[in-house]
Amino acid sequence: MRIGVLVNEGPYNHQAADSAYQFARAALAKGHQVQRVFFYNDGVNNASKLTEPPQDDRQIVNRWSKLAEEHGIDLVVCVAAGLRRGLVKDNLAPGFRISGLGQLVEAGIESDRLVVFGD
Amino acid sequence: MLHIVNKSPYEKSSLASCLAHALKGSAVLLIEDAVYAATKGNAAEDAVRRALGELPVYALGPDLEARGMAGAVIDGVKVVDYGGFVDLVAEHRTSQSWL
Amino acid sequence: MSQIAEEFESEVATEAVVKKFMFVNRKAPYGTIYALEGLEVVLISAAFNQDVSLAFLDDGVYELLKGQQTKALEVKNFSPTYRALEGYDIEKLYVERESLAARGIREDQLLVPVQVVDAKEMAALMEQQDVIIGF
Repeated sequence: MRIGVLVNEGPYNHQAADSAYQFARAALAKGHQVQRVFFYNDGVNNASKLTEPPQDDRQIVNRWSKLAEEHGIDLVVCVAAGLRRGLVKDNLAPGFRISGLGQLVEAGIESDRLVVFGD
Repeated sequence: MLHIVNKSPYEKSSLASCLAHALKGSAVLLIEDAVYAATKGNAAEDAVRRALGELPVYALGPDLEARGMAGAVIDGVKVVDYGGFVDLVAEHRTSQSWL
Repeated sequence: MSQIAEEFESEVATEAVVKKFMFVNRKAPYGTIYALEGLEVVLISAAFNQDVSLAFLDDGVYELLKGQQTKALEVKNFSPTYRALEGYDIEKLYVERESLAARGIREDQLLVPVQVVDAKEMAALMEQQDVIIGF
């Protein structure tokens, strides 16, 4: 199956980013395709290359980048939500790209399933 | 439909709203703080037991374990891991997250 | 089959996929951004020719209340946008009766025409959807 994921919250503040990541990884392990992970609302903060969480805690931004690199997953940050929150090309972590909300609608159309993680 | 709830029944009414809209043939999956609703003695226990009479209720194991609640699950609630979560998503035509 | 019917058939067959999208609104406006940013997704969805409907239940019904005055808060009053939806051919707005009643709100207090449905009907509507997005 092609599975789309929507992440509406930023890293650490809410569990949404963790749940989405673990879900995406499990989907890949089961042989499904993760069609896109779309980051909206504060979810855009999952793409900030400026984060420096404590070394003994999970590195949320880095592991999204790694997931994208290892599995070719399309990580999309909403341009408008990003601008609102100061997440722009200059501070975008590797593996993420900035695009329009249409990419979320498209994920809904092109995926077989869309799962939403938020607050 | 797979109904996903993520908040504690004490914090939000999302579980109650979910159960008011989950039809026969659906399934309910409790994740994150919503796993507390799957534990014995919690305020939502009666609601969950009633729901179990109509449809399957699942709770995410890793979330129960993190919260020290793995041993307190209401009989009939099925504990699944993230793989099981994925299977539930695949099994049901749509999912709805009650945030 | 008549020639017109045949042409229609082939046109429909080559049309892009049309899915039933439901945007679920359960949160009040202004206390969080979800109502506003949720609405932005709805507007974008209009460009994709999908079968779009909006559901308002729980505190989401508050999003549709007339008379929102945000000047003192110095935040944008985005409620007029709900009236613009019709211009985008988004006309299926479902509001849950129980949620209105629980909040003492009458249908005539809402700023757009809506279809009031009870929870059971709302559940059935939800079950018919292909994609459900809530914030």
